[in-house]
Amino acid sequence: MIAKRVGGALLTLFLLSLVVFAMSLLMGGDAAEAMLGQNATPEALAGLRAAMHLDQPSWQRYLAWLGGLLRGDLGVSLITKLPVSTLLAPRLLASLQLAGLTAAVSVPLALFLGILAAVRRGSLLDRAISMATIGVVSVPEFVIATLMVLIFAVRLHWLPALSSSRDFSSLHDVVRVFTMPVLCLACVVMAQMIRMTRAAVCDALDSSYVEAARLKGVPPRRLVLGHALPNAIGPIVNAVALSLSVLLGGVIVIEVIFNYPGVARLMVDAVSTRDLPLIQTVAMIFSAAYLMLVTSADIVAILCNPRLRHR
Amino acid sequence: MNTVPKSGVAHEAQALKIRRRRFNVSLLLGGTTIIFWLIVALVGPMVAPHAPGQVVDLDVFSPASSALPLGSDYLGRDVLSRMLIASRFTVSIALLATLLAATVGVFCGLLAASSGWIDAIFSKLFDTLSAVPSLMFGLVVIGSLGASIPVLIGTLATVYSPGAFRTSRALARNIAVLDFVTVARARGETLSYIVLREILPNLVGPLAADFGLRFVFVTLLLSGLSFLGLGVQPPNADLGALVRENIAGLGFGAAAVLVPTFAIASLTIGMNMVIDAVSGGRRAGGRR
Amino acid sequence: MTLSGDPLVRLAGLEISVRDAQGQDKIIVRDISLEVQPGEVLALIGESGSGKTTIALSMLGYTRGACRISGGTVEVAGHRLDGLPEARLRGLRGRVVSYVAQSAAAAFNPMLPIMRQVIEPALVHGLMTREVAEDKARGLFRALALPRPDTVGDRYPHQVSGGQLQRLMAAMALITDPALVIFDEPTTALDVTTQIEVLKAFKAVVRDLGTTAVYVSHDLAVVAQIADRICVLRDGMVQEQGRVEEILFLPRQDYTRALVAAAAARVPAAPMPDLPRDAGDPPLIQMRDVVAGYGGVDAQGNPQVRILGGVSFAIERGKVLGVIGESGSGKSTLARVVAGLHAPASGRVNLDGYTLEGEIRHRDKEQLRRIQLVFQNADTALNPAVSVGEAIGRPLTFFHALRGTDRKAEVVRLLDLVRLPAALAGRLPGELSGGQKQRVNLARALAARPDLLLCDEVTSALDPVVAEAVLDLLIDLRRELGLAYMFITHDIGIVRAIADEVMVLYGGVPVELASHEALEGPLHHPYTRLLMASVPELRPGWLEAANSAFSCGSSAGAGHAAGCRFFQRCAISRPGLCDVLDPAVHVGAGQTIACHLGFDGLQAAPRIAQGAIPA
Repeated sequence: MIAKRVGGALLTLFLLSLVVFAMSLLMGGDAAEAMLGQNATPEALAGLRAAMHLDQPSWQRYLAWLGGLLRGDLGVSLITKLPVSTLLAPRLLASLQLAGLTAAVSVPLALFLGILAAVRRGSLLDRAISMATIGVVSVPEFVIATLMVLIFAVRLHWLPALSSSRDFSSLHDVVRVFTMPVLCLACVVMAQMIRMTRAAVCDALDSSYVEAARLKGVPPRRLVLGHALPNAIGPIVNAVALSLSVLLGGVIVIEVIFNYPGVARLMVDAVSTRDLPLIQTVAMIFSAAYLMLVTSADIVAILCNPRLRHR
Repeated sequence: MNTVPKSGVAHEAQALKIRRRRFNVSLLLGGTTIIFWLIVALVGPMVAPHAPGQVVDLDVFSPASSALPLGSDYLGRDVLSRMLIASRFTVSIALLATLLAATVGVFCGLLAASSGWIDAIFSKLFDTLSAVPSLMFGLVVIGSLGASIPVLIGTLATVYSPGAFRTSRALARNIAVLDFVTVARARGETLSYIVLREILPNLVGPLAADFGLRFVFVTLLLSGLSFLGLGVQPPNADLGALVRENIAGLGFGAAAVLVPTFAIASLTIGMNMVIDAVSGGRRAGGRR
Repeated sequence: MTLSGDPLVRLAGLEISVRDAQGQDKIIVRDISLEVQPGEVLALIGESGSGKTTIALSMLGYTRGACRISGGTVEVAGHRLDGLPEARLRGLRGRVVSYVAQSAAAAFNPMLPIMRQVIEPALVHGLMTREVAEDKARGLFRALALPRPDTVGDRYPHQVSGGQLQRLMAAMALITDPALVIFDEPTTALDVTTQIEVLKAFKAVVRDLGTTAVYVSHDLAVVAQIADRICVLRDGMVQEQGRVEEILFLPRQDYTRALVAAAAARVPAAPMPDLPRDAGDPPLIQMRDVVAGYGGVDAQGNPQVRILGGVSFAIERGKVLGVIGESGSGKSTLARVVAGLHAPASGRVNLDGYTLEGEIRHRDKEQLRRIQLVFQNADTALNPAVSVGEAIGRPLTFFHALRGTDRKAEVVRLLDLVRLPAALAGRLPGELSGGQKQRVNLARALAARPDLLLCDEVTSALDPVVAEAVLDLLIDLRRELGLAYMFITHDIGIVRAIADEVMVLYGGVPVELASHEALEGPLHHPYTRLLMASVPELRPGWLEAANSAFSCGSSAGAGHAAGCRFFQRCAISRPGLCDVLDPAVHVGAGQTIACHLGFDGLQAAPRIAQGAIPA
């Protein structure tokens, strides 16, 4: 069963590589034209095409590209002429730092608030959380970031509006660099997670077995932690995975706004300059990350459920 | 013996009441907001006091005045006029893209629900599409094809058709196993009759809610792309583009940046409120 | 009824109301006053919506959802429960009063092992240590006749059958030696042969421990076995209270009389006179050696998962074939094969001597018209988005090309035929009651003017009094229209009342095919006997008298394995024969039986069975 999930994810990834590669075929002209510009001579173009193997049929190029990806050879950027892996490595690290910090802050907090809202269903607290999350979910990330900059950087001068510094010599610097982007991202990610966690716990609390446990005299804390939560773990893990995948999208806007030197920043620049090898690689990395998240959530849910575990 | 069952039946019928639709504040508020923006998108550009590209003020980011009700932007253009144009871009692109996504998604979803092997193919296909984070997908497409309005609409529709597909497929499959569909099949009804007359009428409500939700997501993604400068391109502008170009005005709280920001928020929050009210708070704010 | 001594439970003027979406309070239970003496079992009986579960739950100081106790008093074992704070109630629930839910399958937490849940009441109230509690639980498992009592606690709920879960739930309720146990329809979801095992176990435990109990049920015959007194409820009010014998044999209220009449064994309907036909005419519908299931079919015509194996029968015009079996016996698949919804892997279905194609799309319209399906659950059988008139009208247009006023007039006639007013034509199914929906469901099938109706459990989702009326209607319609029925049910009482011929299915195989007369005769397949003996009779003491051999076996053994499918549960089986060879079919007068013992062996069997009571 687990093997089936992993196999399914790998198949999706393979199909995805086809889609992403097909995008490059859709692009008007080809990479050689893009590199040499408008007034290149036909001879120069042909030479470059041969050098880049652009004269080969597309399926051969696809295989070469895929093989390169699998070997860790990510190609060469059209614009900077540097290997994509060289460009990517430091950026990826920076992005992972941002994402990791955000996850570390938001997952425990979101689970706590989601469960709390479910347990206190209908209370003032629940309604406040519900209003806040629906508000955050309904608003683009850049609006939240903009408002935060307005409040914390412009009005209160507590934090810098940009996070481009890479100087982590003291804790103070780290806090200054990360607080704003992490806060914004966490806001977006948590809203999703809280809503889904609340729904999952509410479902479990509404079940017959929780009613039966209540009629056994089981106290509230044990009711939630011992009876409802084990059943909600599957959906909650799923919610965490999906929310963290939102992080993958949200990080783009946030990095741009705060001028944070991560992958997303690189990606947006690559799109503006239509640097295709770079775009393709980053897209594949993000998609693989998404699939890994979702698949591991599936596997955790299977392992936690005795009905699926004991066949 | 004969009278008792009848009174039993009468009692049952009496106990069943037609459910009244919840009509509450959030429906009223959300509905009004949505209708307001639809009207703005429809007639806005006709009543705009200035041409959107015309520089009317020497001062940039000037505050609101009687001449310029929303002040001027970073080039000294009339924010009100630009807002009216931008609303039309945002609403119409988002609406068209949602419509396209819903049509494709629902059509494929219904088709998938009625046949095993079509289902297998479509499910894998749409799964693959949704495995790319939505903004990343937009970036890849626009990186390859450039940012024109048709490309934008197509991209947005592609990103959100898997969701519409999944929703309609799940709904249709739940209904397709119900006994009344089996009765129709046993009668020898054609597939198109079963799908159109037996299944579809039961999907209208949930699909409408799903449409609203998807409109919210499309609006958010469109604004996000434009904010990154990869959406609607100058000289045209949508609400996201207005925020982008006037971001410098944020420091002094210029209307040029705040008004489009709040416009996007009111559009999406309003839609969420409507969905929340009509669907009893079950679906709104799902996965982007 | 002894009034001496203090009652254990005393409800006085109890009123429970529910707050609707508009914030209005609506009283759903009013002025309930009743008492339960220590050691007594009181049954609360009534149809759905009578408030019986709501009242029973109030004895735990509990109300569901938006309900609340809005008046009167609830006193259990000296504690006033109404108005008691939640923390105090918690200390009483599971210790002083405990609860056995209708569906133990839903009431057990699927993620936790059974033992942990069974001993939880004892642990949360701090009554005993884990070891003591586990020992006690195993003792209760034994007392409740659970198989493998020492290890069943290590399992998860999904690994245990429904009947066993119900008994495990009772063990959970009894682990704290509570003063009062509430049983909420604990056997309703079970097959009849499982129900009797569970009932016996409950009764033995309640008797041995001297437990005071409130038993909620809609089934008078079940209640007659287990209760000392009955309280009849309707619309949230007490109709009548009294000792079991008083209610059963001397009911005072009209409603109680109707309930008793509906629960009593029906007088069989007058058999239809044979319709004139030539000797050589083929039967209306005939099935020959039909095998059906899922998955690929092998060379012998056997599918991977076999649901039906070698089913043959015939129904003459205007006759009724009753098909009886428990859940999983393949009886619904049988109807789907006839209707063309499930193509058989091998075998034939003939209509008037012509072989029907396996799938609908290969059958012609006339063939489709002549066979119509009526489903159990009218809630799902009617499209909620389609009006009654349109639902009934569609087959008229489809089969008979009726349109406009002709169609309208025919819809009205059909509504009249099922005893419904013409005004209902404009309504949506959601506005109808359960009984009305089932009649519309029937009218839609009749609109095609069929020769054969396939009725799949058409009355089992209805309250007994309403079900009775629908059954009467079916009998009338048959007489008026000369319809043939294939009547699928799990209720042998209904089959006895309506069928000309009965087929008993077990594990997808017909173990017996008997005419109405032969069914009343003495010789039957062991499974048929078990079924007949398992249907509770409407008299106290039946349960004790019903000492025929019951078995511990679970439901039908699936798969291809040769041998009699009933072998594991059969009290008179012959190992070495029954589990090795498929049973031969023995033909008697108006009866065929698939059993290795044959008629002679079965005749001798009752004596064997007396002594053999397997564990």
